[in-house]
Amino acid sequence: MAVGLAAERAIPPISHPRRTSVRSWPMLDRAAFALCWATGVGLCLTAIAIVLFMLLKGVSYLQLGQFIHSPSPSLHQTQSGGFSDPILGTLLVTAIGTALAAPTGVALAAWLSEYRRPAGLARAVESAIEMMAGVPSVVLAIFGLLVFSQGFLGFLSQKAFNGTVTGQSFVTAGVVMSVLALPLVVASTREALAQLPDRLREASYALGKTRATTIRRVLLPAIRPSIASGIVLGMGRIIGDTAIITLVLGASLKNEAANGTPVLGALRGTGSTLTSYVYNNSPAGEGNSHEKAYAAAFVLLMLVLVLNGLVTFLTNDRPPREESRRSRLWAVVPWTR
Amino acid sequence: MMPPPVRRIALGREPYVAPPRAAGVAVAPAPARQRPSRAPSAGVRQRMAIESVWLAYGENWVVRDVSLPVRQGEVLALIGASGSGKTTLLRSLNRLTEVTSGAARAGRITLDGEEVHALEVNQLRRRVSMVFQQPNPFPMSIYDNVAYALVESPRHGTRRRRRTPELERAVADALRRAGLYDEVADDLDRSALRLSGGQQQRLCIARALAAEPEVLLLDEPCSALDPISTATIEDLIVELRDTVAIVIVTHNLQQAFRVADHVAFMHLGELVEYGTSDQVFDRPAQQRTREYVSGAFG
Repeated sequence: MAVGLAAERAIPPISHPRRTSVRSWPMLDRAAFALCWATGVGLCLTAIAIVLFMLLKGVSYLQLGQFIHSPSPSLHQTQSGGFSDPILGTLLVTAIGTALAAPTGVALAAWLSEYRRPAGLARAVESAIEMMAGVPSVVLAIFGLLVFSQGFLGFLSQKAFNGTVTGQSFVTAGVVMSVLALPLVVASTREALAQLPDRLREASYALGKTRATTIRRVLLPAIRPSIASGIVLGMGRIIGDTAIITLVLGASLKNEAANGTPVLGALRGTGSTLTSYVYNNSPAGEGNSHEKAYAAAFVLLMLVLVLNGLVTFLTNDRPPREESRRSRLWAVVPWTR
Repeated sequence: MMPPPVRRIALGREPYVAPPRAAGVAVAPAPARQRPSRAPSAGVRQRMAIESVWLAYGENWVVRDVSLPVRQGEVLALIGASGSGKTTLLRSLNRLTEVTSGAARAGRITLDGEEVHALEVNQLRRRVSMVFQQPNPFPMSIYDNVAYALVESPRHGTRRRRRTPELERAVADALRRAGLYDEVADDLDRSALRLSGGQQQRLCIARALAAEPEVLLLDEPCSALDPISTATIEDLIVELRDTVAIVIVTHNLQQAFRVADHVAFMHLGELVEYGTSDQVFDRPAQQRTREYVSGAFG
């Protein structure tokens, strides 16, 4: 046959090969396949059940007024108020924890993956961070309480009449929370830095830029989505934690400011978050107003789901409309800009 | 600075001994050529000197006793087979070898008479800039890619990279010198990663030129590009040689012939032959050079 030039060639119909049928697989493979499939379906059903259950319970008990009213001690559900204080508390603790963990985590990760000197210290820091990631939060909480109830750290919380320091305040809880979030920020930043090709670094060095400039101006901006997703994961961890709130924030009904200047007083004061509110009002807690607990749990769940959605959005690799995505990221990680 | 002692030579390989070859091997004619006609550069002057340089990674000397002049007003091409040490030699000119751990050097490299190790390394790299084999634009806008090379200290508006008229002019000027400006002028805020490979490489050249370097090092700048982009960049190299001294590493002999005024042929870390482009390609003095440029090995 002659060489087929474009003009004279007949175009064959496109036929895709058929997928192999499961029936043709060995028995063991089929069993394993069915098991995987069943597990997957089970997982989906559980997830759907959680959301659906909380949705039904939550929506039926949720009232707009609960967002603006403070909780108040009462046995009557109509008079026990809403959960504006816990919402505020959650926001405050998350803000403090993130504000501390994010810059520290990014800086640590940059040092660990770009400098690693002295090597011994880097290895030690690495294992310390790994350990921190594995510590149960209640252990962190009781350790935090121990540290912050030292007399010389009394300015961070409140002193009782006999001079003992409570160690419980939004600031101290935020600091302990930052320890909880730190490993997540470090891990995602490090991983992203490790994946950047060396030629990016060399290109910058070849222009006479220092290591620090290269990190700040080239490397960190290049991995902004990963940093953001690490931070958001950390925020999710902070929002969901109960042990630290109970021990280090006090889990009081209302946010009670320490006497003093308005803002600083609130930071030094005790309070509650949504998690502690749910715990206290659940059938297991002492508040025993589980309708409110369900409503608050629903709000908490929504908050975490939104954050998860944000992670998915930030780490998505689909070709982005660059400008708009950039400005949205900029809102999350301002200092890398 | 005193050059480091050369006592580790003994740990390296034995010096190259040309293998005996059968007599009467026909030497193929020199490669076909179509050299862009050009006037010889007016003011040729020496900028860098490589004097008996030895370079090692770990315990292996990969460059052995090479001496070469680098002159402004002409293009110096380093040719040779893979593993001949050309790239290592090139990277040592702006001390980029130091990024790799275990790199060692003996001998002298000077820029305008000053030992490069006596200069502050980032200053040196601003004066001796480099373009790599793979186009490596930063993941930012075209404008920012070039502006990054220009902005020096954090005081000069690094944070938001304010578009002062001077900065904009300098960026446009660098892009123009790299022959890219007309293609991207309408949207400098576009991501540099959206450019084609050839455009990306010219952006990298623009970036390297932005800080007005005195020497430009090109490490196989066209090996990842198509013939049309290659031709554009070759013309650019010939144009640029009057203002910067250019050293180019290339595997492509035709390219070396087209762009270079002087050619250095390296083999297994040693400099085998150095001469004008015509001399090396038409009348090579060494048997190994003759074999390499005729395609007998490499």
